[in-house]
Amino acid sequence: MTVDSTAARKPRSGKRAGAKKPAAGPDKPELVQLLTPEGERVEHPDYAIDVTPEELRGLYRDMVLTRRFDGEATTLQRQGELGLWASLLGQEAAQIGSGRATRDDDYVFPTYREHGVAWCRGVDPTNLLGMFRGVNHGGWDPNENNFHLYTIVIGSQALHATGYAMGVAKDGADSAVIAYFGDGASSQGDVAEAFTFAAVYNAPVVFFCQNNQWAISEPTEKQTRVPLYRRAEGFGFPGVRVDGNDVLACLAVTKAALERARTGQGPMLVEAFTYRMGAHTTSDDPTRYRRDEERELWEAKDPILRLRRHLEREGHAGEEFFAALEAESDALAKRVRDTVRTMPDPADTAIFEHIYADGHALVDEERAQFVAYQAQFADEESN
Amino acid sequence: MATEKLSIVKAINASLRTALESDPKVLVMGEDVGKLGGVFRVTDGLQKDFGEDRVIDTPLAESGIVGTAIGLALRGYRPVVEIQFDGFVFPAYDQIVTQLAKMHARALGKIKLPVVIRIPYGGAIGAVEHHSESPEALFAHVAGLKIVTPSNASDAYWMLQQAIECDDPVIFFEPKRRYHDRSEVDREAVPGPLHAARTVRAGKDLTLAAYGPMVKTCLEAAAAAAEEGKSLEVLDLRSVSPVDFDAIQASVERTRRLVVVHEAPVFFGSGAEIAARITERCFYHLEAPVLRVGGYHAPYPPSRLEDEYLPGLDRVLDAVDRALAY
Repeated sequence: MTVDSTAARKPRSGKRAGAKKPAAGPDKPELVQLLTPEGERVEHPDYAIDVTPEELRGLYRDMVLTRRFDGEATTLQRQGELGLWASLLGQEAAQIGSGRATRDDDYVFPTYREHGVAWCRGVDPTNLLGMFRGVNHGGWDPNENNFHLYTIVIGSQALHATGYAMGVAKDGADSAVIAYFGDGASSQGDVAEAFTFAAVYNAPVVFFCQNNQWAISEPTEKQTRVPLYRRAEGFGFPGVRVDGNDVLACLAVTKAALERARTGQGPMLVEAFTYRMGAHTTSDDPTRYRRDEERELWEAKDPILRLRRHLEREGHAGEEFFAALEAESDALAKRVRDTVRTMPDPADTAIFEHIYADGHALVDEERAQFVAYQAQFADEESN
Repeated sequence: MATEKLSIVKAINASLRTALESDPKVLVMGEDVGKLGGVFRVTDGLQKDFGEDRVIDTPLAESGIVGTAIGLALRGYRPVVEIQFDGFVFPAYDQIVTQLAKMHARALGKIKLPVVIRIPYGGAIGAVEHHSESPEALFAHVAGLKIVTPSNASDAYWMLQQAIECDDPVIFFEPKRRYHDRSEVDREAVPGPLHAARTVRAGKDLTLAAYGPMVKTCLEAAAAAAEEGKSLEVLDLRSVSPVDFDAIQASVERTRRLVVVHEAPVFFGSGAEIAARITERCFYHLEAPVLRVGGYHAPYPPSRLEDEYLPGLDRVLDAVDRALAY
């Protein structure tokens, strides 16, 4: 195990002041931020970004609609329409910022919480709900939007993204690949192996870690002794920590990382420092392991609120824009609700579909037995 | 020159070479497969001829090898992955079972995973721990995987061609103790179906069903039994998922007795599944219960004991005698 010796010594020496920015050097802040929680634009020496008012309004709209969709899904779970929901509440900036940094020809490998990234890629939100309702395990064509299926086992997709990126490099394409995962998954061997393969083959992949501070009930301290972005250094590629509640910083840093990958400079780790405002999923009860005060602290850094403050401060958006967006949110919520409530169950023979691309004798035999068994009851019902 | 006598190692090498030549999307990847040509030299010379970009020496991380192979397959490649030894596959077990096997179904058929995982398996080579195991049943239990295992050079060549052409993940178990057994390979033949069993010796008193390294053992057993006037039929199953139950059934309906032989532990092994299904299909034909010969419910033993652990000629014949005594 590698533990940074200076980081381990500092608490004992009592000199903790310097511990906040160990790797970024004396002149640079550890956290890349371009928009303060108060909505003020600030500059960072490495990550300049020029965003038009229209683009700012676009990012705001993305975040608001994503949050509304997410809230509606939580409600639908409470109403029994979904079996489970994994809310992204609080992580909108990390997802919209990074998602909007991708190009159409880039490829995205998400976890199961990347609803905002899915939105940016053009996946219809209602398609995300099938797996949570239990009608499928993934209801979209990954190649339609270059957005892979949600991966539930944490960290596995980091390797798929790396392999895909190795293929991109073999093809001589200038696309990039982005792998999403969380602070919990950072402990998985597959993530470490993905770092190794990506570094060794100089694969055009960006590892985007949303550190939302909690892996169900376990705080980040249970996953790591060093800031997660510094893990990259040991593998031989750069890591950076970005304010995950700052959509502009997430956009700028991810764009830079993807561009780096596209131009043959290899992988990069982006740690988006954010907060899971809700429960891990609708089955979780965060009151058992964390205090309300912590949530309140992060509420003050809300990603949507800070961009709204900025838009208002700069006069980029007025009441009319916000009212229209509210109406659009309502319409989206209604469409999501209506779609889920009328979402049909699959035919029961779907159990046997798509297990193999080229068929399998046992599947054929068992499907025939199943159909024959079911047919007995159909006969009884019709008699 | 279409037919030549090759060892299984050379036949697999030739098959990989053919695949690399005929399809630019085929990749070979694994530990030491490049410069060294693999620890068994199965991939000898391939990197030299096809380059480091297509014959890839990977980091020593099995989950990483299979996980990145999945990503490469999603990009349109057809990776042929080597796991160096049977007992080394388990770090990749999660990627194989949780991702590779299920991703096609998860995507409702919209993506395909043409990944071949080659695994040298089985014992009798005097190796240290983890180098002699037969884990095929651990994979056969998983829907979404296909599992095949050749017993001779011709099958090694052709079944690997077919596995690479298959759009599903295929685990290709190679009988490492038979690696250097030589037999004729016709590289212009038209191969039969990948998952069909083959009768390698006809007989009328009892059927021996085996695959991979145990086919040769069963042929030797049948030859020995013939000297005692017993006529044994030997089936080379060739495929563990799916199993060609029709072929076993047809044989057993004639011979009325079945002994299944594999190196893997008998408990919950493929023989158990075959015994159950054949008992159901052939209940009124059977003169004896289906018997199994295989490894014990013990960790694979130190090599000084492996001859006692593995099914050999005598243990197969003992089971034959017991079946014939009913």
